[in-house]
Amino acid sequence: MVVSTRFFTDFTPQASFDIKKCELHRLEAGPSETAVLTREQGLQYYRTMQTMRRMELKADQLYKQKIIRGFCHLYDGQEACAMGIEAGINPTDHLITAYRAHGYTFTRGVSVREIMAELTGRRGGVAKGKGGSMHMYAKHFYGGNGIVGAQVPLGAGVALACQYQGNNQVCVALYGDGAANQGQIFESFNMAALWKLPCIFICENNKFGMGTSVERSSASTEYFKRGDYIPGIKVDGMDVLCVREAIKFAADYCRAGKGPIVMELETYRYHGHSMSDPGVSYRSREEIQEVRSKSDPITMLKERMLSNNMASVEEIKEIDVEIRKVIEDAAQFAISDPEPPLDELCNHIFANDLPMEVRGTNPWVKLKSVS
Amino acid sequence: MASIRCFLRSGKSAVSVVLRREFSKTSPAAVQVNVRDALNQAMDEELERDERVFLLGEEVAQYDGAYKVSRGLWKKYGDKRIIDTPITEMGFAGIAVGAAFAGLRPICEFMTWNFSMQAIDQVINSAAKTYYMSAGAQPVPIVFRGPNGSSAGVAAQHSQCFAAWYGHCPGLKVISPWSAEDARGLLKAAIRDNNPVVFLENELMYGVPFDLSEEVMHKDFVLPIGKAKVERQGTHITLVSHSRCVGFCLDAAAVLAKEGVECEVSVVL
Repeated sequence: MVVSTRFFTDFTPQASFDIKKCELHRLEAGPSETAVLTREQGLQYYRTMQTMRRMELKADQLYKQKIIRGFCHLYDGQEACAMGIEAGINPTDHLITAYRAHGYTFTRGVSVREIMAELTGRRGGVAKGKGGSMHMYAKHFYGGNGIVGAQVPLGAGVALACQYQGNNQVCVALYGDGAANQGQIFESFNMAALWKLPCIFICENNKFGMGTSVERSSASTEYFKRGDYIPGIKVDGMDVLCVREAIKFAADYCRAGKGPIVMELETYRYHGHSMSDPGVSYRSREEIQEVRSKSDPITMLKERMLSNNMASVEEIKEIDVEIRKVIEDAAQFAISDPEPPLDELCNHIFANDLPMEVRGTNPWVKLKSVS
Repeated sequence: MASIRCFLRSGKSAVSVVLRREFSKTSPAAVQVNVRDALNQAMDEELERDERVFLLGEEVAQYDGAYKVSRGLWKKYGDKRIIDTPITEMGFAGIAVGAAFAGLRPICEFMTWNFSMQAIDQVINSAAKTYYMSAGAQPVPIVFRGPNGSSAGVAAQHSQCFAAWYGHCPGLKVISPWSAEDARGLLKAAIRDNNPVVFLENELMYGVPFDLSEEVMHKDFVLPIGKAKVERQGTHITLVSHSRCVGFCLDAAAVLAKEGVECEVSVVL
């Protein structure tokens, strides 16, 4: 076991990095082109992104063992988006996304244990086993939504509530390149711009809507411009610092009462659309390998920190070991925790109601329902 | 004083709880109020009572409501609480549900329930199912309301009744009142309820006047959701209906009474 003999004073406390300039739409000035990263932040971002990565890979494993069933849309490759966004907003801000939601569930505060137990459908899951992969909720996090595009008007509605209550909070509403052509998104753009809602619309463009490439689905693939009258920013979604600076800019813009803003995060998913999709029928293995070796978000952050003497190799390894343990414990819990009992089946149909009976599959079968 | 006796009527078709409400023996000061005004006053009182309540929909503000149900509300409460939307049902229904997620208590008006089909995904998948899927973490205190069912000569696309469709969805409370008293009490109850409520009105009932007692006109008069009511006592046969057709049942009962058949008219609300 190698024991590090370096003292903390040996490490660089913070460094400034040049980040990719963002393409702008209807904006005179954009996010900062340099980002300051402190050692603490760097380690925190690394830990969070690596946890997300390991958690998704563990979910892949459990799915193949048929311990996780149903839908499972994995987020590995896109960690910088979730981490960068969380780093640039406040915990009191709001966020809503679609079904590729495990990463955001984690960054919004749900433990790996509760996420994995929800994936395996057990009572210790964040939704008591009744939601599954696509329906996990937390404070100021509205899921996890299964219907493509539906989350965008919902996000605009949350932003309306922020404006109504005058609490200076913003809502981040995420959608994918596949959803970007949904009519309800343009309806949301219209109302958000009309009423100047503090909503940040973010398109996570991972180049494929299930098996359909962006060229085959969209007449215009410039998703940051699709807001038309709404200003837009195109961001390198594989660079956590780029995402963070862009979100900070966008949040300031919204909080200033200027209305909504659209962001496009260029990113990539290593897995297929879901666990039922091998992900190689519509793209080549070489392409996936190339992104992994040249643009992996976690590797990029690690290299930045190491080459600027902000962390040591041993330190990073230690973090990896810790994370591995967290994931293992969570997986163990997710496998051994019991499923919700059958008499829970009809609970939570209504809120704040007295217990009632509901009809089962025929009029003579009554099931109990508690709020 | 009204006394309440509940009994379960089990049968092949449905399990329903029938509430017997006895009418007052002495008649207190009765006011004549039509269904439109009953709905208007109900919304006004609830907007006043809770500042989280707001109304959105097409023409609800400056036009005073397509059917004048929200007349005067914009003038009294302003742009923040009474919001005119563009003609984008899916968008504004979704926005209303999102606002409910974040703690407000929206009333989302569909100009007619036919247009709710454009937004039906938001009503069912985003509103009705969320409390269940989140295992109780995310309630959705929203009311969707508007005229439903038959109108006068508006053709098939504008005449559909959605009671059966929405009534089949767990997580939704579906209300279809007939009288002004029921419209008033149930709309107030719906707004105060922490669950998604589908409130089906009827355009042809808006102008129909009813006598409302002082008790009904009280600002905290609410009716329980999900309880049926006997509108006319009878002994030979029961006619069950909802919304505008209750009136036809009462007319039929009057005709049959002349022939010695006493019909009970039961209203499923």
